[in-house]
Amino acid sequence: MNFARREPRWAVFLTLLIALIMQAMPLWDWLEAVRPAFIALAIIYWSIYAPHAGGIFAAWAAGVAFDVMDGEVLGQNALAVSVVAYIAATLHQRLRNQTLVQQSLFVFAMLSFNELIVWAIEGWTGSMGSAHWRWIQPMVGAMLWPFIALLLGRTHSRI
Amino acid sequence: MAVFGSGGSRMGGARGPSFGVRFFCYALISIVLMFYDKKGGWLETARYGLQAAIYPLQLAVNSPSAAWRWLEESLTTREALQKEVVALRTQLRDQQLVTMRQAALQQENATLRGLNTALPEVIEKRLVGEVISVESSTLRQRLIVNRGGNSGVHKAQTVITGAGVLGQVLRTGPFSAEIILITDAEHALPVQVLRSGVRTIALGSGRSTALDLPYVPQNYDVKVGDLLVTSGLDRVFPYGLPVGRVTKVTRDPAEPLANIQAVPIANIDAEREVLFIWAREGHPAAPASTAELVIETPKPAPKPKPATRPAPKPAAPAATPAPTPAPATTPAAETSGAAT
Repeated sequence: MNFARREPRWAVFLTLLIALIMQAMPLWDWLEAVRPAFIALAIIYWSIYAPHAGGIFAAWAAGVAFDVMDGEVLGQNALAVSVVAYIAATLHQRLRNQTLVQQSLFVFAMLSFNELIVWAIEGWTGSMGSAHWRWIQPMVGAMLWPFIALLLGRTHSRI
Repeated sequence: MAVFGSGGSRMGGARGPSFGVRFFCYALISIVLMFYDKKGGWLETARYGLQAAIYPLQLAVNSPSAAWRWLEESLTTREALQKEVVALRTQLRDQQLVTMRQAALQQENATLRGLNTALPEVIEKRLVGEVISVESSTLRQRLIVNRGGNSGVHKAQTVITGAGVLGQVLRTGPFSAEIILITDAEHALPVQVLRSGVRTIALGSGRSTALDLPYVPQNYDVKVGDLLVTSGLDRVFPYGLPVGRVTKVTRDPAEPLANIQAVPIANIDAEREVLFIWAREGHPAAPASTAELVIETPKPAPKPKPATRPAPKPAAPAATPAPTPAPATTPAAETSGAAT
């Protein structure tokens, strides 16, 4: 690996911004139910392919931004996304050698974990955000993963 | 978790602390943030600033629907506009008829109350805001409006439309405010049936077209078509703003309480413009202050209401500690109280 290689910081910033907009955009009820956590998806991608570009800070900042936008308890999504970023970044070498479909399985686990953390915090803070169909969303995210990974792959030069 | 500790966390070279250390720091910050955000206090200020930073993003999120609305408006035909003008003229004439005798009625009311002059209007100041984004789901019914702390909007402020009560301000940023609608499942609003004077609490149902009134005993006088107005007992809303109309009253003899539903008068999720209002301090119809709500020795006037007979409307519900038909502390009522 080349030490002087420039990290795709701008790509990280812009894609996270787009993910934030996509996740916060108001939609119809049924579509909102299946909308995957775009921020977590983008964070997983960058943690695998450029773990040092944004690092865990990018994940945390995006999470805080989403918390403010969505009116959640400050730090709720920030914590969940940071956990996902940490796990994905520590496993990034192993994950890079997998095919996109194999990675989907990991993405499914991570999105479920992300949702689980948010759900637990919601329960703790007493906000009533619980709906059964929220658990469909990681499945949708996992199915979209290959496309998202291909799309994000075009924003930076891979080694 | 031992798996995560190993591996190439430093593959990119020596770049400061490892992922583990960084993750630990950010996780710790998150937890501290959550703790203090839940407790309230200094974090409110931080949030206020963050709202300002996020505001452009919120505008961006809303831009597709705003663009669509603009396109729709600019493509309105002449006929449609003419129709609108005719409808507005009719509406104006009707309202003029209603308000024609208002000055005379106010004077009459003042005489009846033994006052020298008529009271001024309870709404002292108002501010028009434009809706930036709408969140309308079963779990949350919220609006984001383009007015905030810089325009003097504050937490727990009454928000209405031309027709009736819309909600209250939940959170403000410098340029924007988040409004919790009366139909939000976490919102509870003390109301009064205008005809009979029965007081109760209207809970949001999570649907923009329905309010639930679950705390009305069977024998209380509530009929389909009754107008509900704010009772002013919540320290948030002034007295007498129209809230909704009763649409369904089901009395099951096996149940102690009647099952009542109402429809909000304000067109909850179709509003583009909302009004923030400031009530006149000290006005009898203004929201009750804490001092006024202290229950002293009961005065002769407010007896427990015989529900079947229309009771005289109390002139200043804020000042008379009349018993509310509803249980005073319902979980949802606490939510409304917490929002003040």
